[in-house]
Amino acid sequence: MAQQSEIRYLTAPAIDVEKKKYCRFKKSGIKYIDYKDPEFLKKFLNEQGKILPRRITGTSLKYQRRVAQAVKRARHLALLPFVTDLMK
Amino acid sequence: MNQYETVFILTPVLSDEQMKEAVEKFKGVLTKAGAEIINEENWGLKKLAYPIDKKTTGFYELIEFNAAPETIKTLEIAYRRDEKVLRYLTIKMEKYAAEYAAKRRSNKQNKQEA
Repeated sequence: MAQQSEIRYLTAPAIDVEKKKYCRFKKSGIKYIDYKDPEFLKKFLNEQGKILPRRITGTSLKYQRRVAQAVKRARHLALLPFVTDLMK
Repeated sequence: MNQYETVFILTPVLSDEQMKEAVEKFKGVLTKAGAEIINEENWGLKKLAYPIDKKTTGFYELIEFNAAPETIKTLEIAYRRDEKVLRYLTIKMEKYAAEYAAKRRSNKQNKQEA
């Protein structure tokens, strides 16, 4: 059985290379995050309905605060759940 | 005169014309207090993400208006007094919010025409 190190790949496996994260709001020029459409806000929530941290979504601080405020308003209006399971 | 946007949820127990009358009542409160209503949408009966006082659906209503800051207090008192209203949220719209709302209204119109 060939040892692990014996296996050579044609192209190097991209496991540890870090994909450059960018703020999607700055890139696409979105200026206002609307709290009324839950579909868009769901991109920033995990399965339990919690807000994803910046280190995962890569959004800048200014827009992360707006996303958080929009999500909290949507939760107040029962457009988004406070806590759920398998929301996606 | 700032631009505001308010969304409120009515209990689903009401019949249709009771809902219309409740909506008219709040629009009346606004116009009487000197507000100028720009746009008004109702999203109809929607399922709530979590039950609000044992009800799982609600009748959503959105009103965008220009008003002086004092009218917001009278509007919110009217909301609190009316037990048909499950929940309400009033937002002062800043520049980008107003642009976004205008764009939303315009593409809603041409969607209706198309």
